[in-house]
Amino acid sequence: MELFQQQLPIVIHSLNIGFLQTLKLFFVTLIGAIPLGLVIAFGSMSRFKPLSWLSRTIVWIIRGTPLMIQLLIIYYFPGLVLGNNIWGSGEAGRFLASAISFIINYACYFSEIYRGGIQGVPHGQNEAGLVLGMTKRQIFFKVTLLQMIKRIVPPMSNEIITLVKDTSLARIIALQEIIWAGQAFMKGSQGISGAIWPLFFTAVYYLACNGILTILLGRLERRLDYFR
Amino acid sequence: MAMLEVKHIEKHFGDTKVLNDISFSLEQGDVVSIIGSSGSGKTTLLRCLNFLERADGGSIAVNGETLFNAGDRSAQSDGEIRKRRLHFGLVFQSFNLFPQYTALKNVMLAKELLAREQPDFKRRRKEILNEIEHQARQLLIQMGLADRMSNYPHQLSGGQQQRVAIARALALEPDILCFDEPTSALDPELTGEVLRVIRELAEKKTTMIIVTHEMAFARDVASHVIFMDNGYIVEQGDPVQVIEHPKEERTRQFLAHYAQK
Repeated sequence: MELFQQQLPIVIHSLNIGFLQTLKLFFVTLIGAIPLGLVIAFGSMSRFKPLSWLSRTIVWIIRGTPLMIQLLIIYYFPGLVLGNNIWGSGEAGRFLASAISFIINYACYFSEIYRGGIQGVPHGQNEAGLVLGMTKRQIFFKVTLLQMIKRIVPPMSNEIITLVKDTSLARIIALQEIIWAGQAFMKGSQGISGAIWPLFFTAVYYLACNGILTILLGRLERRLDYFR
Repeated sequence: MAMLEVKHIEKHFGDTKVLNDISFSLEQGDVVSIIGSSGSGKTTLLRCLNFLERADGGSIAVNGETLFNAGDRSAQSDGEIRKRRLHFGLVFQSFNLFPQYTALKNVMLAKELLAREQPDFKRRRKEILNEIEHQARQLLIQMGLADRMSNYPHQLSGGQQQRVAIARALALEPDILCFDEPTSALDPELTGEVLRVIRELAEKKTTMIIVTHEMAFARDVASHVIFMDNGYIVEQGDPVQVIEHPKEERTRQFLAHYAQK
């Protein structure tokens, strides 16, 4: 017990640093994937066949392979082909490679959610706007957008909560996120070794973070509850 | 000169011809009912008038102004069509109200957006918006919805929703108001309230084209009935004449089928 009390502040300090990296990856992924997903969604719905074919193929490949493999390919492939590691050897390079992998991966999932949301708005809404003399732009912003958002919030909430946990995959390329930080105490770090409890303790961080997200996303969902 | 002049409208979807040589005209204050079985082309005709479909042949003119001429592709850009379709209003079978807006806002929205294009909108903003709201309230009162203005569509019955949709279409003051089977999605006890509102509009000399399956209503309200079958106008004329004493065998068959129900 005394030993635990000595170790706790050291472990918490380390985990905090790791969790900061986790959060950074989480937010950067959201900021990148939310708009990129829209681009891919419009691409796959395009009437221009080569574009929709290309978008759908990318979505198929990204959704059909593990994110962990994608991380490895994006991080190591340039080095294997070009003979030098474009990402550099530091944490910043590993973060950049992780962020790009995550953004591409999540954008593909988001694009499918958006596509469902866009196609789920009844066609009659568009026609009602047209016969009332609205422009296509006005119809999108004043009529269909909010209906789309309402439809995509529940599935997006799911993906966002999954993303918090998926960030742990980035340790495969040694990104120093929270699980990496917890694992270090098994191998030995700051005078602590063979300790598995710090790894278990990381669960508290994920749980707290997802608890807050669940509340916020639930609130958003309820705010859109006033119409059907 | 007729108010609406529709000449030789043709429309096909792929190899199937859905409208063949459709011609008719109507005067200010006329109410035209279009009857016929499903798939006879009634709805497609209305959709061509409202530019939701592009006819492949023929022309449409309102008050002498040619709005559509199939031969003239140059005048069919989105922007041009947007202005021209304002001559027509359309009330849908499935209402298509905007769910995120109240009844009042549903009626005001399109007019507000159009008002923004006026050159003096910025200067007279308040005044213009007040006018629009006043007009929308008047229309909803006329539709018997005085106490429903701040309700969202999902809080309204089908009949109430359709009356909001009628007010929404009237707000833009179209020359001709079109109805696409306005009561087909309603329970029988709710059709009455919608038909009553349309009847009142007819009494006020609103020019209307109504696609309907309500034969008694068509006969009573319309000044002119068009019977369509298989993409052709089979018979048209005085409502009592067409519905009570049809000349064509096909019209008789159709009406006999209705009488049995």
